[in-house]
Amino acid sequence: MNARRRFLKTGIAGALLLATAGAAWRLARPSAPAGTAALDDGARQVLAAIVPVILAGVLRPGTADVAAAVERTAVAVAGLPLDTQQEIRDLFALLTLAPARRLLAGVPGGWSKARPEDVAAFLQSWRLHRVKLLRSAYQALHDLVAGPWYAHESSWTAIGYPGPLKELS
Amino acid sequence: MSTSPIPDPIQAGLAAGWLVTDASTLDSDRRFDADVAIIGSGAGGGVTAEVLALAGLKVLLIEEGPLKSSRDFKMREAEAYPALYQESAARKTRDKAITILQGRSVGGSTTVNWTSSFRTPATTLAYWQERFGLHDYGAAALAPWFATMEARLRIGDWQGAPNENNDLLRRGAARLGIASAAVPRNVNGCWNLGYCGMGCPTNAKQSMLVTTIPSALAHGARLLTRTRAERLHFKGDRVDSLGCVALDAAGLAPTGRTITVRARHYVVAGGAINSPALLLRSGAPDPHRLLGKRTFLHPVVLSAAVYGQRVDGYAGAPQTIYSDHFLHGAVDGPIGYKLEVPPIHPLLFATTLAGFGRPHAALMQQFPHTQAIIALLRDGFHEDAPGGTVRLRDDGSPLLDYPITDFVWDGARRALLSMAEIQFAAGARTVYPVHEMAGGYASWTAAKRAIETLPMQPLLARVVSAHVMGGCPMSDDVGLGVTSSAGRYHGIGNLSVHDGSLFPTSIGANPQLSIYAVTCRLASALAEALTGKPAPAVVAT
Repeated sequence: MNARRRFLKTGIAGALLLATAGAAWRLARPSAPAGTAALDDGARQVLAAIVPVILAGVLRPGTADVAAAVERTAVAVAGLPLDTQQEIRDLFALLTLAPARRLLAGVPGGWSKARPEDVAAFLQSWRLHRVKLLRSAYQALHDLVAGPWYAHESSWTAIGYPGPLKELS
Repeated sequence: MSTSPIPDPIQAGLAAGWLVTDASTLDSDRRFDADVAIIGSGAGGGVTAEVLALAGLKVLLIEEGPLKSSRDFKMREAEAYPALYQESAARKTRDKAITILQGRSVGGSTTVNWTSSFRTPATTLAYWQERFGLHDYGAAALAPWFATMEARLRIGDWQGAPNENNDLLRRGAARLGIASAAVPRNVNGCWNLGYCGMGCPTNAKQSMLVTTIPSALAHGARLLTRTRAERLHFKGDRVDSLGCVALDAAGLAPTGRTITVRARHYVVAGGAINSPALLLRSGAPDPHRLLGKRTFLHPVVLSAAVYGQRVDGYAGAPQTIYSDHFLHGAVDGPIGYKLEVPPIHPLLFATTLAGFGRPHAALMQQFPHTQAIIALLRDGFHEDAPGGTVRLRDDGSPLLDYPITDFVWDGARRALLSMAEIQFAAGARTVYPVHEMAGGYASWTAAKRAIETLPMQPLLARVVSAHVMGGCPMSDDVGLGVTSSAGRYHGIGNLSVHDGSLFPTSIGANPQLSIYAVTCRLASALAEALTGKPAPAVVAT
């Protein structure tokens, strides 16, 4: 069992870390005024690593689709209640902390250098994790990436969806 | 600018001088006086507003969401969900295991529901009479109120053919000897488009937005939008005033402007979750600790299936076939479930499907060939299905804690089995129970074997809800309810609750018609009490 897997098995510690890191991060940072960008650069970096894995088989090669997907996610987050936006920022803040990224997500090095197979292993382990909190974090990432991507008109042809009646939309 | 060729009754009314204030535009604090202040403009608030306005009372209708109308309804999920739903259609229970669809615009959930209009089942009413002493709530006593609201909202059997998504439920059930039937709908001149969940673009759906609320406004009611009811202030055994805050145009943050409301009578109709939360924030009397408890969801599990033919689940009236076969057991026995189908649109489909990467993408490619069935579990009739509890976050916003019990999970597993069997009987090639550990199964035998051993746990099996009920239960026994059978809040002289939070159990069917009929009766009695005259007749316009 490698180090990543070993750490992921220590679920309770992970859950406590996730539950407290957000609060610690909030205390350590100057509070951002409401209405500022929903996701900061750190969050966008994490997303840029996660998006190509969640949407594998859908995105075209290159960085344009990844950037578009990250932006769609950011727009969706900005429409959520302020309290929920804060929870999501806390999740990304945790994932950008190097020790958490390495130990809890099992991704060595920075997110910008993360290998897709490591990101996929991270998502899969949180998806089925015995700690409910990590499963909910996985589902948040899943929904926040996949939902806004497919809600966008440019994604519809690929899935055979003709879109709503043109005359009324 | 609108390009829609459809006449927009809301825009016409505004042009004609309706009293509507969008609080996000206020540049000073305001005060409004009324005979009756109604908090919430959904099924309960809309019906109440019309009855009271027709009775000649000065009505103030308060809505947290925006006023949107047919010219805004563009059938696009990315716009509709943030604009028309609580929490962008992603409201969650406390542990995030259940996603709740609940409306938040003028018309409330009626603006975005799928039009299914069932009378309260007789078994549910019998249970209320027996367990909660609601002797006035017999099927015969309620029948005229159902008839009134059915006529008012043009509720009737859908004459069109079901779309393939619904017809597969009908055909699969029939092959197994399971009875199904047509869903009554509240529509008038429906175009059969399939986008009810994003606001009806043709005004065919007879939601509160295009029926009772225009009627109330035409009779002098005033509507405040982007206005969050923060707190009822009590003086002795009466509500003295209501404090509200104005929200910004996005509906997320308070602008800092406040609105103070004084009225003779106050009607809370914010829907389950929000109504008990307002009463909890306000410190309403609750000597038996009942407020917010017994909140029900009809927890829903889902089964997707891919067929050889096109299903096009996004097109056509979304819910036209249902089966109550699995509700026929004892109401207080093992939990039963109602089978229906959901419309299939890209965002909801992509988020509901489990998994990520290539397997997820492969299933998305089957979008036009995918059918889905949902099972709505009838919670609240057994001690092991006691529902959830509404609590308040630090900022005063509501949070529903809904632990899913083993008793409910047992029903969820049986429902996944029933749905898969029906889908194979209807000719499905592959069935996908919506569960993080399920795969796609090519035969009923394989699906059955898998479903029997899937771990039924939160955030593994997908659970959603579109029906929130309870939390301000009715009973004339103060040990069993915070509201009376007349909808009056116990211990407060001028406060009523008129919405689905009154229900002491779940309904066991889509609840909108139950809310319409019950609140029409309550509002009529309230009108008589406040005016001393017979209540006005409610008729279709």
